[in-house]
Amino acid sequence: MIQPFGFSEAALRRYSRQMILREVGGAGQARLAAARVAVVGAGGLGSPAALYLAAAGVGVLGVIDADRVELSNLQRQILHGTKSLDVLKVASAQARLEDLNPDVKVVAHAVRLEAANAREVLAGYDVVVEGSDSLATKLAVNDACVLLGRPLVAAGIAGWEGQLLVVEPGRSACYRCVYRREPPEGSVPTCAGAGILGPVAGVLGALQALEALRLCLGLGAAAGGRLLLFDGAAAELRSVEVRRAPACPACGVSSSKEPTES
Amino acid sequence: MPVLVRIPTPLRRHTGGAGEVYAKGKDVGELVEDLERQFAGFRDRLCDESGDFRRFINVYVNQEDIRFLQGRETQLRDGDEVSIVPAIAGGR
Repeated sequence: MIQPFGFSEAALRRYSRQMILREVGGAGQARLAAARVAVVGAGGLGSPAALYLAAAGVGVLGVIDADRVELSNLQRQILHGTKSLDVLKVASAQARLEDLNPDVKVVAHAVRLEAANAREVLAGYDVVVEGSDSLATKLAVNDACVLLGRPLVAAGIAGWEGQLLVVEPGRSACYRCVYRREPPEGSVPTCAGAGILGPVAGVLGALQALEALRLCLGLGAAAGGRLLLFDGAAAELRSVEVRRAPACPACGVSSSKEPTES
Repeated sequence: MPVLVRIPTPLRRHTGGAGEVYAKGKDVGELVEDLERQFAGFRDRLCDESGDFRRFINVYVNQEDIRFLQGRETQLRDGDEVSIVPAIAGGR
């Protein structure tokens, strides 16, 4: 029997715990089923983000990562497992996500995003979740999202800390309003350099999925206008205000329409 | 005018591991000098040769970015909270 909004009995049961929410219901679940979300980076952040997005039933989930699974990934990159060592991360992700939720169409993009290809790859998505491991990639993804008008949920982690920023192009600060360009090599910590415990990635990746789902549901970002700062050593989540920079090379009034060099 | 300064993890090696320190200054510029007095080498991590804050580090006074206030001349009062927030780019 076809239920309202065209959901099967199985789908209604699968999503029942979120459809109970006033903010979701059948209409919200239908919005999720029509949503196309891209996850940049299938690693520490992308793993929890993609898992929760798939579990919630987004229609299309694009996973973008050029790398293969390595042993040192498995301490935090919970999409992958021992059996997928040396497999392309997007292939490993696709298998896991399709098992979690066969309703979701998972699209694997085995590429590294940069200024030259970001717009083309991301054009087919409505919301972008950014969990790569370089400021250069974050800036390239940001610039593409600003040009495409796609909301972006970007996060970074290292050590015991993480940050999250939601960019709503044309309305809120973009990533480049906050961090204008790529700093000198080695000056910004990475997971390999600073170390990290898995759950720090889990917290931020889950927060990213939460914000992305809110955007797909039309609820707006809860973190809009703020840079969220998580300190896992103090169990603190706080925020600072972010504002659009008038002279921002990506989204400022006088910005050009071409991608900006990092 | 003691002000609470929140120190991000990458800079805590200069503060003996402390994530929160107190410093003094009538404005942000003086605060940085006081931090340098307390923790030698700290200023170089924050600022480049011309004394400007590095582009991947933002400074907030009571959660507001000083770039939208008076920059280094942003006035400080007792009880203000200053956060030093560098970009964090790890993800994988």
